[in-house]
Amino acid sequence: MELKDKLVSSFMAFENNVDVEHSVHDIRTEAIKNFETKGFPTKKEEAWKYTSLNSIRKIDFSIFPKTESTLEYKDVKKYFLHEIDTYKIVFVDGIYSSYLSETTHDGVDICLMSSALTKEMYKPVIDVYFNKVASKDESLTTLNTAFSREGAYIYIPKNKMPKKPIEILHFATGNEASLMLQPRNLVIVEENAEVQIIERHQSLTENNVLTNEVTEVFAADNAIVDIYKVQNDNAGASLIDNTYIDQKGKSVVKVHTFSFGGKLTRNNLNFYQNGEYIDSIMKGVTILGEKQHVDHHTLVHHIEPNCESHQDYKGIYGESSTGVFNGKIIVDKIAQKTNAFQQNNNILISDKATINTKPQLEIFADDVKCSHGCTIGQLDEDALFYLQSRGIPLKEARALLMYAFANNVLESVRIPELKSRINKLIANKLGVSLGFDL
Amino acid sequence: MLKINNLHAQVEDKEILKGINLEMKAGEVHAIMGPNGSGKSTLASVIAGKENFEVTDGSVELEGENLEDISPEERAHKGVFLSFQYPVEIPGVSVTNFMKTAINESRKAKGLEEMPAKDMLKLIRDKSELLEIDRKFLSRSLNEGFSGGEKKRNEIFQMAMLEPKLAILDETDSGLDIDALRIVANGVNKLKSKDNAVLVITHYQRLLDYIVPDFVHVLHNGKIVKSGGKELALELEEKGYDWLKNEATV
Repeated sequence: MELKDKLVSSFMAFENNVDVEHSVHDIRTEAIKNFETKGFPTKKEEAWKYTSLNSIRKIDFSIFPKTESTLEYKDVKKYFLHEIDTYKIVFVDGIYSSYLSETTHDGVDICLMSSALTKEMYKPVIDVYFNKVASKDESLTTLNTAFSREGAYIYIPKNKMPKKPIEILHFATGNEASLMLQPRNLVIVEENAEVQIIERHQSLTENNVLTNEVTEVFAADNAIVDIYKVQNDNAGASLIDNTYIDQKGKSVVKVHTFSFGGKLTRNNLNFYQNGEYIDSIMKGVTILGEKQHVDHHTLVHHIEPNCESHQDYKGIYGESSTGVFNGKIIVDKIAQKTNAFQQNNNILISDKATINTKPQLEIFADDVKCSHGCTIGQLDEDALFYLQSRGIPLKEARALLMYAFANNVLESVRIPELKSRINKLIANKLGVSLGFDL
Repeated sequence: MLKINNLHAQVEDKEILKGINLEMKAGEVHAIMGPNGSGKSTLASVIAGKENFEVTDGSVELEGENLEDISPEERAHKGVFLSFQYPVEIPGVSVTNFMKTAINESRKAKGLEEMPAKDMLKLIRDKSELLEIDRKFLSRSLNEGFSGGEKKRNEIFQMAMLEPKLAILDETDSGLDIDALRIVANGVNKLKSKDNAVLVITHYQRLLDYIVPDFVHVLHNGKIVKSGGKELALELEEKGYDWLKNEATV
């Protein structure tokens, strides 16, 4: 059976396990209708021109895991940022693991979407925020909405900041030959509040895993939100990450995306600036090899005046890997004094690697500063010779230059232990060990 | 120390070096002068092993060993150092980290342990004082946003750190004001010994007032057309290069 048909027919089984009387279920029902009409996106659509889901659609994924699996902390410790204390929301094959998690209701809510979607006390918040910024039209987002039941729920009230960063981890055990996961996250950061979130998906085997995730983020006036997406999954894992961010006045939201692993990764990162003096920051480091594929689609919608957006994506593509960067910036007529910057720099280190990069600017205001630049190049021969002439062997010289190339993206990582982790992941990915961290 | 025999080199089918002969002994300072386009920088790059120059004939020998097919990094490990005319900017790598990597790679190639951090710090401190380099400068990204003078001073700092047998200074004087020139020259003079050799490549005689050569060679159209003592530099300064070009065609 085609994956689409399987999903649509699974919806009835899904309904047996959720509260169909809850107002959220009307949203789910609408969403499955939309998905049923639209189906999976194909390469005929402009937004999916360079990313094909054909091979994924042929895989017979389990929609719901048959058995509940457990993991020992010692076996998965390395995937946590264990150097520091963090809150943890952990899922194993899509099911919440209280054993591996550390949640809280102490002044802030760092807990589960399943609670938020079922318990009466959360209903007022859910009514205001759930599915309010996520697309009601984009088919994969609506697919996730239809099956929304579990994920992370984070609510930071006015003037609060959790004592430590929050890690959201999804493990796939490989107990299913092919498993599809659809986590749904909701992050609400009220006025003048702050939060740091690290997201990671980790398959523990080479088995097929498809994750279609939706995260909605609401940043109220003066809120500060940092999100770090660590994408370093196994070769059988594919990820479609849909993130929708609604920002109010003077809020600052920063999303870092580190894409090193996985088979196919699609990042749909959407910012909506619903206020003035907002700053939206998107940073990405992509390092790929083998036949890996990563597609970064960003959207910044400048809806009000006096806002800024900054995008800086760097990519290093080796072997037969392929990359896509599509950065769309819309500046509404009313959004005067907008500053929108976009930069995408790429290095191809193999003849077979490909990158497709496309800035897409739609500017309707006349008093704005918008700049975009994309480069595709090889490593600078003169720089290599310079390093070699100082006794640094070619392999290390190449790595040093690639390190240096990716470095300024790491500068804005505000958790030093995470920065050092990312440094090590980069070194591993480049196959060298250097005597220092950047 | 260095022996160059009938060296021919070309880039993309264009012959630039057309039979260079040069011999330098340990303890000597040689200067190569010549007009723009005469092949000075090509000669420097070929000695350091830059791969886009193809050596079509002749050889470069360091301490009796033919350097043919030896990579730039191995040449560095054997003691060749090139101070670049245009040092490359490498954002994201500090001067200190760069030097640590360079020194430890050389040590690794020689089968030595990494230099202990304490010794490394002391070495960096001593050598940066020699070049009158501010400590803050060392934590900046390599050459990024450096002034012309800072870049050249940084090159000589690297030379001081690596202690090469053969140092080639390619237009080290260009872009330097007189104070910076004095500091750089002073640094080079302090590093000079009976065991190493310095090849100064320059367009102007100015630097040679401070780094006094034992021999001066004039390069023109890919060949050394005249050699002499340090007084040859003064003669060139006075008369320009045109009389030599004429002499060469005769």
